[in-house]
Amino acid sequence: MAASFDYFEHVADIGVIGIGDTLAEAFVGGAQGLFNVMVDIDQVDGTRCIDITCSAFDIQELYIEWLNTLLAKADINGMVFCRFTIDQLTENTLHGHAFGETINAMKHHIKTEVKGATYSMLSIEKVNDKFVVKCVVDV
Amino acid sequence: MDLERLKKIGDNVWEIPKSGDMLVNGRIFGSYELVLGMDDKVYEQTSNVACLPGIQKFAAVMPDAHWGYGFPIGGVAAFDPENGGVVSVGGVGFDVNCGVRSLTTNLTVNDVKPKLSTLVDVLFDMVPAGLGSRGEIALAGGKIYDVLTDGAPWIVEQGYGTKEDLTFIEEGGVIAGADPENVSETAIKREKRQVGTLGSGNHYLEVQYVDQIYNQSIAEKFGLSMNQIIISFHCGSRALGHQIGTDYLKILAGASRKYDLPIRERELVCAPIHSPEGEKYFSAVNCATNYAFANRQVIAHLARKGVNKVFPDADVKTLYDVGHNTCKVERHKLNGKTKTLYVHRKGATRAFGKGRDELPESYKGAGQPVLIGGSMGTASYILAGLEKEGGAFASVCHGAGRVMSRTKAKKLWQGEGIVKELGARGIIIKTHSMRGVAEEAPGSYKPIEKVVDVIDATGLAAKVVRVRPLGCIKG
Repeated sequence: MAASFDYFEHVADIGVIGIGDTLAEAFVGGAQGLFNVMVDIDQVDGTRCIDITCSAFDIQELYIEWLNTLLAKADINGMVFCRFTIDQLTENTLHGHAFGETINAMKHHIKTEVKGATYSMLSIEKVNDKFVVKCVVDV
Repeated sequence: MDLERLKKIGDNVWEIPKSGDMLVNGRIFGSYELVLGMDDKVYEQTSNVACLPGIQKFAAVMPDAHWGYGFPIGGVAAFDPENGGVVSVGGVGFDVNCGVRSLTTNLTVNDVKPKLSTLVDVLFDMVPAGLGSRGEIALAGGKIYDVLTDGAPWIVEQGYGTKEDLTFIEEGGVIAGADPENVSETAIKREKRQVGTLGSGNHYLEVQYVDQIYNQSIAEKFGLSMNQIIISFHCGSRALGHQIGTDYLKILAGASRKYDLPIRERELVCAPIHSPEGEKYFSAVNCATNYAFANRQVIAHLARKGVNKVFPDADVKTLYDVGHNTCKVERHKLNGKTKTLYVHRKGATRAFGKGRDELPESYKGAGQPVLIGGSMGTASYILAGLEKEGGAFASVCHGAGRVMSRTKAKKLWQGEGIVKELGARGIIIKTHSMRGVAEEAPGSYKPIEKVVDVIDATGLAAKVVRVRPLGCIKG
């Protein structure tokens, strides 16, 4: 199974769920879910690649750092992302790539801007052989 | 919320009794109905805040409160720096100094109605909004640092707005102790022409009119009259503020471990006020606070220009500008003694009473204007701050407060339907995102009049006027 994503209810913000056979896939699923809050990721072409490196105290903080690094990189480059790869993931470090293109309000069906990924409802679990990562993103 | 767990201590005032590690009680301001409707997470989060070192008096909760991250949204807590007090990212949020500016005009509903559609179109074109929007000011060559240290006054010097505007912004539009050294390179890079942009989500710009006056004498002091056109907008410190929140979430997570702080929830990461990490965070918050004041100053200028395009003789003045995601150093009376405290307001509005030195001269006899934004299509309120014994560090609510998730709202409503429905009621909606409109449907918020009535009844602030929307621009 490839990475996938889903959402959970939160009264003001949005709960994002990343799911995968491996933890890296679940992280990728979470990233897809994050960008799908902002635009229709199916409408985004992954023509430009951005290198992503991050580090954190533990795996939970690393997940939030991953999402927040993606938000910052997208913003700085005026882009939106649709596809992600992770080639190295340890308890404290991550290296991967984000693919996307310059944001285009007409093409990408703009939804809601995400201000940041939060530690709220943050969890990393293994459920029925799947890795499931969750957190609330502030919109 | 399970009311059995609360102690009712007065009309619209409830207590979460101190238990376990809580250093103070929780204090909820709300009617039976509003408190019953609050999620249990508000109880839990308020109890967690009450455990933070140096907290004073009580952890307060406003009637519009709902589940937040760390603090509940609508949470207020004050910390004593001389008593181990802390600064917390969860107490300020990602959108630092998000707030509301209201502008008065000398126009009436009758003047505007025939040209309302043109006015809303012009404002929609002039005020950048929505994901990825860019403003007209490029802060190249280090000018961003001027904004971070000098806030709205610097923006006025560049020709955006008037000196009179500054008189009516909290802190005169600039707060001291803002050192850009404490703002990351990423935050500076993310700024990217966002000064003078609304953003999205629950941010808006509205053309409103005064449809009810509750206190004639204060309304006159605020320059408000029946049927007068008001322009109000809600926005904050944009990506720069979001990145400061993000950066310090990580830095204060490290500080919480380093100082072994008793945090019950990861999102409550904090640092002692008198610690290198705490001082840096507070300085960065001050930078973002100045940026948000500058952002709203540019938008005020653009809105004024927009109104004058359609109504060349209109006189558009700043009524007031106040934040509701803030950490401020303020003096408050506690047990008869005046203390200097770090007051965190996460989705709560400062509401200083009469006579406070911080107020502009013309409002000293009335109290601070308190701007409470409604949800799209519903009324907003302007109140006057009151300070009293038992109050919440001169704080009140910040809006109606959500009652339904964005996902549920999107299932129940479609943006186009909402725009049509409000259009039939004479309210023009212009948006960059129909899905955003569905998420922000009026029905996904609590009834604002019930929230504001609690504030009025508990004497935290007094209702002055109600305004209704004629046009609304959403990001």
